[in-house]
Amino acid sequence: MPKTDAMDKKYWLDDPRNIKKVVYALYAVCALLLVADFFYEKHAHFPIKFEEWFGFYGWFGFIAFVSLVLMAGVLRKLLKREEDYYDQ
Amino acid sequence: MTNSLPPGVILIIGALMLPSLPGRLKSAWMLMLPLLSGWHLWSLYNHSPEIAFELMGYELHLFQIDRLSLMWGAIFHIAAILSALFALHVKDAVQHVSGLVYAGAAIGAVFAGDLITLFVYWELTAVSSVFLIWASRNERSYRAGMRYLIVQVGSGVILLAGILLHLRDTGSVAFNDAFYKLLPTTDGFILGLNSPGTMLIFLAFGIKAAFPLLHCWLKDTYPEATVTGTVFLSAFTTKLAIYVLARGFPGTEILIWIGAIMTAFPIFFAVIENNLRRVLSYSLNNQLGFMVVGIGLANFVDHPETAEMALNGTAAHAFAHIIYKALLFMSMGAVLYRTGTINASELGGLYKSMPWTTAFCIIGAASISAFPLFSGFVTKSMILTATAERGYMVIWLVLLFASAGVMEHSGIKIPFFTFFAHDSGKRVKEAPLNMLLAMGICAMLCILIGVCPGLLYGILPYDPAGYDAYSTSHVITQLQLLFFSALAFTVLKLTAIYPPEQVSINLDVDWIYRKPLPALFAGLHRMGVALGDAANRLVLAGLMQISTWIKRQCGIQGRFGGNWSTGTMVLCAAVLLGAYLIISYF
Repeated sequence: MPKTDAMDKKYWLDDPRNIKKVVYALYAVCALLLVADFFYEKHAHFPIKFEEWFGFYGWFGFIAFVSLVLMAGVLRKLLKREEDYYDQ
Repeated sequence: MTNSLPPGVILIIGALMLPSLPGRLKSAWMLMLPLLSGWHLWSLYNHSPEIAFELMGYELHLFQIDRLSLMWGAIFHIAAILSALFALHVKDAVQHVSGLVYAGAAIGAVFAGDLITLFVYWELTAVSSVFLIWASRNERSYRAGMRYLIVQVGSGVILLAGILLHLRDTGSVAFNDAFYKLLPTTDGFILGLNSPGTMLIFLAFGIKAAFPLLHCWLKDTYPEATVTGTVFLSAFTTKLAIYVLARGFPGTEILIWIGAIMTAFPIFFAVIENNLRRVLSYSLNNQLGFMVVGIGLANFVDHPETAEMALNGTAAHAFAHIIYKALLFMSMGAVLYRTGTINASELGGLYKSMPWTTAFCIIGAASISAFPLFSGFVTKSMILTATAERGYMVIWLVLLFASAGVMEHSGIKIPFFTFFAHDSGKRVKEAPLNMLLAMGICAMLCILIGVCPGLLYGILPYDPAGYDAYSTSHVITQLQLLFFSALAFTVLKLTAIYPPEQVSINLDVDWIYRKPLPALFAGLHRMGVALGDAANRLVLAGLMQISTWIKRQCGIQGRFGGNWSTGTMVLCAAVLLGAYLIISYF
C-alpha cells in the first residue's frame, strides 16, 4: 500500500488519553441525565407504574442492551458457521 | 394529455428509453425522469382526474389519490431521485433501467385503486428489481437473485389466488377504504381478516413486508445486490408492503403482535452479523416492525381516538425511515465501493480517509436511533405513544427493548466498526462526488425533519392535532435510553465481553430451504433413480424369461415347434370348426 499523508498524520483519537476523555464525557452525560429525571412530570400509562420509577428509561436501556448482547452471544454459539457454509 | 397517464408510467417508459441515449445525456435523463414523474404526480393531484378503464368487465382504477397514497407517492419520488443520484457514476445501463422501472412500478402500485392493477405492479416490482441483484454478476448473486425471484413472484401468485377468492365472495376488486369493511365481521374472525381471500391477500402482503419467519429473503438477498442497487431495494419493496397493509388491514389486531416480534427478532442477529449491509437488512426488518405495530393499532372501528395517531405514526416513520435507511445503505455502499469489503472484521479506522462518509453515516445512525433533533425521534414516538395509550404493556416494553437494540446495531455497531474501532490500515479515497451529494441531501433531510417536524406533520394522512414530540419528558426519557445504551456498550467493550467481529455467517430460517430441503429433494431424487433402476431391471429380467420360454416352446424341440401327428392336426381343426359353428349361432 502506498504511504499517504493520511497514514502519517496523527489524529486526535489516536491518543488513548483522548479516548479516555470521550468515555468520561459519556459517564458525565449519563449522570446528568439521571439528575434530569427530577425535572419533568411523569405520568404512567400502565397498571404497573414503572414509567414513574427513578431513571427507568436509563437502567431499562442499560439492561436491555447488555441482555441483548449476552443473548446474541449464546445465539452465535448455536448458529455460527463458516463463511462459505452455503457454497459447499 | 399527460393527465390520462397514471403515475409512475413516465418512469417506466422513460427508463426503457435510457439505453438508446448517448453517455452524458444518460445521466441527465436519469435525474430528470424522477423529477418529471414527480411534477406529473403533482399536476395529477391538482386535477385529480379519473384514470380508469374496463378490462373483461372489471373497472380498473389507476389513480386513487388520498393523503395516504400522496404521502407514499412523494417519498417514493424522493427515494427515486436520491437513489438515481447515488448511482450516477455507474456505467451499467441494466442497473439504471432496472432501478427506475422498479421505482415506477412501486409508485404505480401505490395509486392502484383496484386489486388487479395492484397485482400487475406487484409482479413488475419483483421482476424489475431482481436485476439489481443479478447485476453483481457472480455466482452468489445469481443464486440469491433466483431465491429472491421465487419468493417475490410467489407472493404475487398468492396475492392473485386471494384476489380471485375475494372476487368470488364479494364481486368486487376495489382496493380502497371500503376493502377491509367489505365483509361483515363475524365471530371468530378479526377485523379485515374475515375470509380465505383476504387471508391469502394478507399473507402475500406479509411476505413482502418480511413478517417473522417470512423475512429471510430480505436479509438473504439485499446484501448481494450491487453497491447502488441495495439503495434502490431498501426503499421500495417493503415500504410498498407497509402501504398496502395500511390501506387494506388497518386495525387488524394480530399485526400488533407480528410487528412487535418483528422489532425484536432481527436485532439478535444484527448483533452477531459480520456483513454490515446484512446488519442493515436486519435493522430494516426491525424498523418495519414499528410500522406494522402502528397499522395494527389503527383500529378506526373500536378505538378511533388512537387510530389516527397510530396510522400517522406509521406513515411518518415510513417517510423518515426511507431516507435514513437509504443514507445508511449509501454510506456502507460507499465503503464497499472504495475498500472492496463490507465485513466488520476487515474494516475500522476509515474516518481518517472517508471523513464525509463518516459524518453522513453518523447522521443516519442518529436518525434511526431516534436522537432528538434527528428524524426518527419525531416519528417513532407516535407509535410508542399510541401503544401506551391503548394499554399494551408487553408490546410497549418490547418496542422499548427494540429501541435500545436499534441503538446497538445501527446507532453504534455500524459507524463504530466501520469508521473507528481498531484501525484496519485501509487508506482509501473519499466516496465519489455524486455519492457524497446523495448522502449529503439525505443527511440534510434527516436533520430537517428532526428540527422542523411540522413540515412532515403537515403532510400526514390525519391532522396530528397538537402532537408534540419535543415535550420535556420525551426528550429526557429518550436521551436516558440512548445514552445508557451507549454506556452499556462502553462497559461491555472495556470489559471485553462484547462479542468480537468474526468471519462467519449465522444460520437463520432460510437454512431450511437452503440446506435440508435441497438435501431432502436430492435424496428423494436419488431414491427415485434407484427405484427406477430396480424396476427397470425387474421388468427386463421378466421379459427375458418370457422370451426364453417362448423360444424354448417354439423351437424344434418345443411343444409348438416339433412334429405333430396327422390325427392331432385333424382333431385340432375339428375343434376349431366346431367352435366357429357355435359362435356363428349367436
